[in-house]
Amino acid sequence: MSINNEEKIKIKADNINFYYGQSHAIKNLSIDIYDKKVTAFIGPSGCGKSTFLRMLNKMNDLVPNTRAEGTLLFDGQDILEKNTDVVSIRKKVGMVFQKPNPFPKTIFQNIAYGLEVNGVKDKDFIRKRVEDSLRKAALWEEVKTRLHTSALMLSGGQQQRLCIARCLAVEPQVILFDEPCASLDPISTNKIEELILELKKFYTIVIVTHNMQQAARVSDYTAFMYLGELIEFDKTATMFTVPKQPKTEEYLSGKFG
Amino acid sequence: MNSQKEKIIKLIFTILAFASLLFLLGIIIVLFKESLPIFKEVKLHDFIFGKHWYPTYDPPEYGIMPLIAASFWVTAGAMIVCVPLGLGSALYINEIASFRQKQILKPIIEILAGIPSIVYGFFGMLIVAPFLQNLLNIPSGLCAFTASLVLGIMAIPTVTSLSEDSLSFVPKSFKEASYALGANRWQTLIKVVIPASMSGISTSVILGMSRIVGETMTVLMVSGGAAIMPKSIFDPVRPMTSTIAAEMGESAVGSPHYHALFAIGLILFLVTLIFNVAAEHISKKYRVKLGLNR
Repeated sequence: MSINNEEKIKIKADNINFYYGQSHAIKNLSIDIYDKKVTAFIGPSGCGKSTFLRMLNKMNDLVPNTRAEGTLLFDGQDILEKNTDVVSIRKKVGMVFQKPNPFPKTIFQNIAYGLEVNGVKDKDFIRKRVEDSLRKAALWEEVKTRLHTSALMLSGGQQQRLCIARCLAVEPQVILFDEPCASLDPISTNKIEELILELKKFYTIVIVTHNMQQAARVSDYTAFMYLGELIEFDKTATMFTVPKQPKTEEYLSGKFG
Repeated sequence: MNSQKEKIIKLIFTILAFASLLFLLGIIIVLFKESLPIFKEVKLHDFIFGKHWYPTYDPPEYGIMPLIAASFWVTAGAMIVCVPLGLGSALYINEIASFRQKQILKPIIEILAGIPSIVYGFFGMLIVAPFLQNLLNIPSGLCAFTASLVLGIMAIPTVTSLSEDSLSFVPKSFKEASYALGANRWQTLIKVVIPASMSGISTSVILGMSRIVGETMTVLMVSGGAAIMPKSIFDPVRPMTSTIAAEMGESAVGSPHYHALFAIGLILFLVTLIFNVAAEHISKKYRVKLGLNR
């Protein structure tokens, strides 16, 4: 579904189907993700929204016995093709997971990791990039005096911002958030949301969330999925005020979930 | 009524829990009591560093350096066999093997752990030793090298099984985070998975070592049994454990020889104790680093 011809399209999904073994998780999904906008995916558990998110950085490749069909164009290149360079896609499409998952390393090492695995050797460059990333993730002031202590000593909210910083360090173009606040308290959630609004100036953001208010607060566009199908896709303001599909309205008003 | 019953149950379990402490204390007391008299015959320094073990000669000599050297060489050789093979199979099973292969490999390796050590001894004595004797053209196949090989194979399951467990405890989320940052499989394995399971891996290696040092039956059968300073790994040797096993029966109770064997036992006990404490310490240290016991 395309709803705004003015915007630049970053990712274009066309007639996507996805299977876990026999189970049909995504059905004929077509959608445009616009550049430097926040697109939220909402819908009840098992609707396929996380599966779709994980297609965008090829994370589903790690799950055995899965199959994808259709075309998924990232800047015009089909990333579902067999000979796609998975590593280069993952560098361009960063991901923040549902549960904060810093490595059991120091704060510094966590952020430097993405640079190191991509072959960056220059120590000064790494140091500078670590600081920049932490600043962008609004974490620098809290951790600058303890960069070399374990990242696991941070609070949950700080850990999640660290994961965001870690993702920013490899300079992605798109950032995927898979229910980033699901395990956080309201104050930390608020900080992450502020951060997302800040980050959309520079990055294309796709967020999956269970929390409809969160989608309303942070996103420009919202996609509502149900049982593997895209039911409705529209500007967030439009969808939350005048949903076109009865199913969307039922979900938004809390009739099921 | 109920609370009294609870108290009794609690008491029973407390006694059971402390029973092993009691056994440990008993063993330590006996080891010390029976081994200390030897040091009236020979100085501690001469006992440990003496190069001649002739307990039945007149005058007898109680230098256990040849036995310590034998244990050391056999253990070192066995580690060279079991660490690469054990860790290699753990990594293969955890990272590369398909589900089917995993289902076959893991039980097989665990069966290897269940084979009694006497069977390993048999196997070493009747198959490995003659084979190596012919292959390497050495005077006797029963030597330190053969013992290392057989003990190394014997310790593989300990290393594999414990390190595979710790590899599989590495949360999937660490791997996903690494892949999502553009790391490939090897980078993820070397920079994330292995460091995160380092405590289990080092524990497995130390426990494998402690199994090798303490192993008796197999070494008694395949190491050749010569209590002389080994000059090469192809010499027959007599490690500490097999010395005790071979000589305890023929030493008169209360004789200096008898006390000397106990002293060897005490040293073995201290060595394995150090290994086990080290293993515990390492796994604790990494746990702190992982931040898991906050």
